Amino acid sequence: MTTEQEVIHSRIWEEQAEADNPFAAAACYCSGFDVYGDLLGKAGWIEYLYLLFRQEPPAAAEARLLEGLAVAIANPGPRDHSVRAAMCAGVGGSSSASALMAALAVGAGQLGGAREVRLAMEGWDQCGEDLDAWCNYLLHPPCNERIDVWPEREHPPGFDPNGVSCPTPVRQTLDYLMQHSPGGSLKWLREQRPVLEEKTGMPLAMTGVAAAALADLGFTAPQGEMLYLLLRLPGAAAHALEQGEYGFRRYPFFPKGLDVTNDPGPYTAN
Amino acid sequence: MPKQSPLFEFEDHWPTQMGGWFPGERVVFRGKDLFNELKGLPWMGLLLYGITGRFFTDNQIRLFEGIWAISTSYPDPRLWNNRVVALAGTARSTTALGIGAATAVSEANIYGPRPGIRAIDFLFRTKKHLDAGGELTTWIKKELKQYRSLGGYGRPVVRRDERIQPLLSYAIELDLGDGPYTKLAFRVEQALLEGRWRMQMNIAALIASLSADQGLIAEEFYNFVVLCFSGGMFPCYIDATGKRGGSFFPLRCSRITYDGKPRRNWTSVRPVSEA
Repeated sequence: MTTEQEVIHSRIWEEQAEADNPFAAAACYCSGFDVYGDLLGKAGWIEYLYLLFRQEPPAAAEARLLEGLAVAIANPGPRDHSVRAAMCAGVGGSSSASALMAALAVGAGQLGGAREVRLAMEGWDQCGEDLDAWCNYLLHPPCNERIDVWPEREHPPGFDPNGVSCPTPVRQTLDYLMQHSPGGSLKWLREQRPVLEEKTGMPLAMTGVAAAALADLGFTAPQGEMLYLLLRLPGAAAHALEQGEYGFRRYPFFPKGLDVTNDPGPYTAN
Repeated sequence: MPKQSPLFEFEDHWPTQMGGWFPGERVVFRGKDLFNELKGLPWMGLLLYGITGRFFTDNQIRLFEGIWAISTSYPDPRLWNNRVVALAGTARSTTALGIGAATAVSEANIYGPRPGIRAIDFLFRTKKHLDAGGELTTWIKKELKQYRSLGGYGRPVVRRDERIQPLLSYAIELDLGDGPYTKLAFRVEQALLEGRWRMQMNIAALIASLSADQGLIAEEFYNFVVLCFSGGMFPCYIDATGKRGGSFFPLRCSRITYDGKPRRNWTSVRPVSEA
């Protein structure tokens, strides 16, 4: 080529080509570390994940916290919206990728999904550990915002509008992660949970715990959104495969569940 | 907090006016019998009925199809969403996975449904302001101050949008090109050009205004444009699958320009004892 070739800029990744093929890498470096010559066998998966997002290895406490979060949210269970989406692919024999794409599309949402985590993390950015600021953020969605493809906020992010009390796994996760957090958000959230739940009239949700953990780890809100999407995929994948084995005949179809309230009845020409 | 879950009401119960399948018998689609009452409807007519619950005239349906065909069906595999489809093809993935992913990718900041709904929202609010006796230039200044851009005006790559004239001509051919929102869209462009802004209308403003003139509200318009790029996507997939696997704009290692941390050793920054 005579013109200057366009390039991909990256702070994350560098490659050296094999001598016989410029399209094959002989060495790959992630933030300066030789991935296959050094990292492989030494770094844990969670450490590598952190490195990819932050371009620095995590301290031991940070790795432990991220690993704890990863375990806590790896499988939301087969009743979760995102896992149900993946299982719809599984029961029908759809492609594996479609199962994960379905889990991502549904698990991206503002109710129990990654967008909710992002909004809650924006709350941490704006409010820190200021209770009044949090109450204002949770109860008064920003007005005058530009119209967007995302639906308007319907409930305080990090809290469950369909909940009755804070579920045990959410409290267990909060307790565990708080003990291993190098930051103060999880501790503050645990202390203020009763007040925040009273103010919002809703129990704390797993999204709220995850957002506090990701804030304590120093991730930005977009990074937190991405990690929440990624870390919830294992359960979706496993359940999609499992339901593929059971088959659609053994999966709920809600045969009497649909109530078409404007059904005109069987068609007659007149 | 509530004493019991609000979900009980919906357990095995989904009331709907959108429709359903009566196995082996019939399908109800928004209150109509699909096989009998809707059988002659063009696909675009059915899509719009599904979105709005309203029926459109033949000319309106042709306009909506024309919007997709003329404005958003570029079979250029370099465009971001189309590139996803082409990559799916070159990587020998499936059409549906490529189109599905590319459709999701189309929901971008710099193109696609988001600028589209911002354009229609801007036109609705502008018309309301003018109908109430407001002045256009002041309104534009206020919008630019608040949002730093105007939905439907300005274009990142080239200033002139080559789609406007052919789409407007087609709309005029169908006698649907001079509605109040379309006139307003051009009036805004004129004000921008006469002012110091140097922003021309882009296709989002014309699509939005033509759709608003046919009665679409913002949410309906958003749903209408979600699939609008699909016509240009399939050729990109077909082209890539017809060529050597992996050959779509290959990148050699040196095409990655690294500007991150210098080379270092894992054990020097992360001692084993710390793990």
